[in-house]
Amino acid sequence: MKPSRILSHLPWAALAVLGATALGVVALTRGETINALWMVIASVCVFLIGYRYYGLFLAHKVLQVDPGRMTPAHRFNDGLDYVPTNRYVLYGHHFAAIAGAGPLVGPVLAAQMGYLPGILWILAGVVFAGAVQDFIILFISTRRDGRSIGDLVKAELGPVPGVIALFGTFLIMVIILAVLALIVVKALTNSPWGTFMVGATIPIAILMGVYARYLRPGRIGEMSLIGFVLLMASIWFGKDVSASSFLSPLLTLDGKTLTWLLIGYGFVASVLPVWLLLAPRDYLSTFLKVGTIVGLAIGIAIVAPHLQMPPLTRFVDGTGPVWSGGLFPFLFITIACGSVSGFHALIASGTTPKMLDNERHAAFIGYGGMLMESFVAVMALVAASCIEPGIYFAMNTPLAVLGKTAESAAQAVTQMGFVVTPQQLVETARAVGENTIISRAGGAPTLAVGMAHILSGVLGGKVMMAFWYHFAILFEALFILTAVDAGTRSGRFMLQDLLGTFVPSFKRTEALIPNLVATALCVSAWGYFLYQGVVDPLGGINTLWPLFGVANQMLAAVALILATVVLVKMKRQRYAWVTAVPTVWLLACTLTAGWQKIFSANPKVGFLAQAAKFGDAAAKGQVLGPAKDLAQMHQIVVNNYIDAGMCGLFVLVVLAILAFGIRSVLKGLASPKPTACESEYQPMPDA
Amino acid sequence: MPEPVLAFLVAVGRRVRETARLMVGVPDYDAYVRHVRIKHPERTPMTYPEFFRERQEARFAAGRNGKCC
Repeated sequence: MKPSRILSHLPWAALAVLGATALGVVALTRGETINALWMVIASVCVFLIGYRYYGLFLAHKVLQVDPGRMTPAHRFNDGLDYVPTNRYVLYGHHFAAIAGAGPLVGPVLAAQMGYLPGILWILAGVVFAGAVQDFIILFISTRRDGRSIGDLVKAELGPVPGVIALFGTFLIMVIILAVLALIVVKALTNSPWGTFMVGATIPIAILMGVYARYLRPGRIGEMSLIGFVLLMASIWFGKDVSASSFLSPLLTLDGKTLTWLLIGYGFVASVLPVWLLLAPRDYLSTFLKVGTIVGLAIGIAIVAPHLQMPPLTRFVDGTGPVWSGGLFPFLFITIACGSVSGFHALIASGTTPKMLDNERHAAFIGYGGMLMESFVAVMALVAASCIEPGIYFAMNTPLAVLGKTAESAAQAVTQMGFVVTPQQLVETARAVGENTIISRAGGAPTLAVGMAHILSGVLGGKVMMAFWYHFAILFEALFILTAVDAGTRSGRFMLQDLLGTFVPSFKRTEALIPNLVATALCVSAWGYFLYQGVVDPLGGINTLWPLFGVANQMLAAVALILATVVLVKMKRQRYAWVTAVPTVWLLACTLTAGWQKIFSANPKVGFLAQAAKFGDAAAKGQVLGPAKDLAQMHQIVVNNYIDAGMCGLFVLVVLAILAFGIRSVLKGLASPKPTACESEYQPMPDA
Repeated sequence: MPEPVLAFLVAVGRRVRETARLMVGVPDYDAYVRHVRIKHPERTPMTYPEFFRERQEARFAAGRNGKCC
């Protein structure tokens, strides 16, 4: 190697030393708290080195991106869907499309084992699996006219696996919508302040929609600013609402009422014209999301909070109260987005490949975009770990364990080994302007307390705690609801497509009756799982989050199987390990987790064991909480059978894709020539 | 402020605006008009309000994937 080339690696070596030192502090400090900045520094170093040495290795050696090859953006340029776009602009677009509630909630839930397992999985997962998946799928789709993941599976693996993958995607969407909606329900239960401001987003969005359609057409900046000001006002006045003797009881709603409201809302929002409610809310939530993420990063840098959570808690043995099951496999499905997320394969084969100016930008956007998403997960882990562990567990343990009063909750959490006093619980609730913080599972309230802690340290101090708490709740609820509306709409289109194969008139997406029927079916599908989560004996998140994690990671496995098949078909099999190794790891995690969720003898983990427990008790005429009568007991039994069935379906989907994948790999190996179905090569036009 | 710095800041501002718009599915309108003028001189490009509506509908139309988790 030439001396100048060695010299160019020197700054990277320095970065590696810094990163290793920071990681050493994070991993090895025991008995005293560490500053969160060590975790941030370690992560940034890992991301930069991962991008420079692994991301670019994938680009140049494995995929051999070709800057001279014309991309779909140039070939089909129409100024609308296909537009060659500046790489920084496209990076922003791609990041806004992949970032969501996933990387915020998963790490918060995973913090019950301490911050160390979570951070290690986030960093290792993103560099070797998540970013690899996003990048390679983006590359594969770009080489195939920007086609979607379903089409790609069909083209490279065959028509049957294509249909299986589509069916799997629909099931995953149902679970995602249910679990997202559950997070909102959990955050708004008995919170008049929260319910008021989230409700206020509906008239605000409608006002914005009318403004941008009729008053000042297409003025996105103006209408978003108006919406933002009104949004802040609704947080501000929410405090008065929660103090009002008339409005407060009216908006203090239980989980079941909120569930029905959300189901009704989801139905209406997804059949209304998009300009009226869905699109303006989407604008607001996108800008608020990106702005808040930036704000949180600045906040962490300024406040430099200490991590109160120990690096490892005793719950690594799998007996934790937030979710049940051992570190392997359950940590690796609890943190899905942020490490590796199958859903990103839909985005990387959606709008982004149609706007890629040049193949050589794919690593920056695909690999780099996922690194940024991972950074969001790191910040969520920091936010959850910088609050008192006693408060963390009081907020995330099921009510059945804690009891209803601050005294009983403090005692139960202290017995777990995390000392907390009833006064601390009452005072924290008062500081954030809520009636209680006991058993507010779901991740959002915990993250909001952590974010309020950090943001009030920058702006406003203790007085502003309640404002920032509700700001954080609104920030999450807003983009979750947008995902629910938009997801219901795309679910409806998928269903119309699916039903259309049997009843052709169903394919007409503009016709009213098929529209209403398909929307109703889609809403009932996620509504069922949402309702079941709300009445679940273990608190809902405990049941639905692992189901979501298994589903999401299985979609990632499907995407990585596709990537492996394509690498072999390109005759790059000597590099196929870059996707084959993470595939094997994801299969190991998800198949083990799927198996345990169905068959584990522990009723807290296994669906069948839980069904048996409630079934046996019902047979003896006993009623176990939270069921109030025998009918509810039977309902819980049925719910658990359905969950077991759903989990089994996910396992079957991934096993089927694996079998078809192996078949395609063998075929690809046997062929002496490359067999990948790329679009024909055309040279890049001269600028 | 010296002129090159100002010009740079204006250029950065434009890119930020372009990014924010693309985040909500509205690509650069000027680029669209330029494309139609050069490649399809026989067509009249949509006006900005028409373009905005078309993009808004397309973002949530059939065959598009929803948001991520």
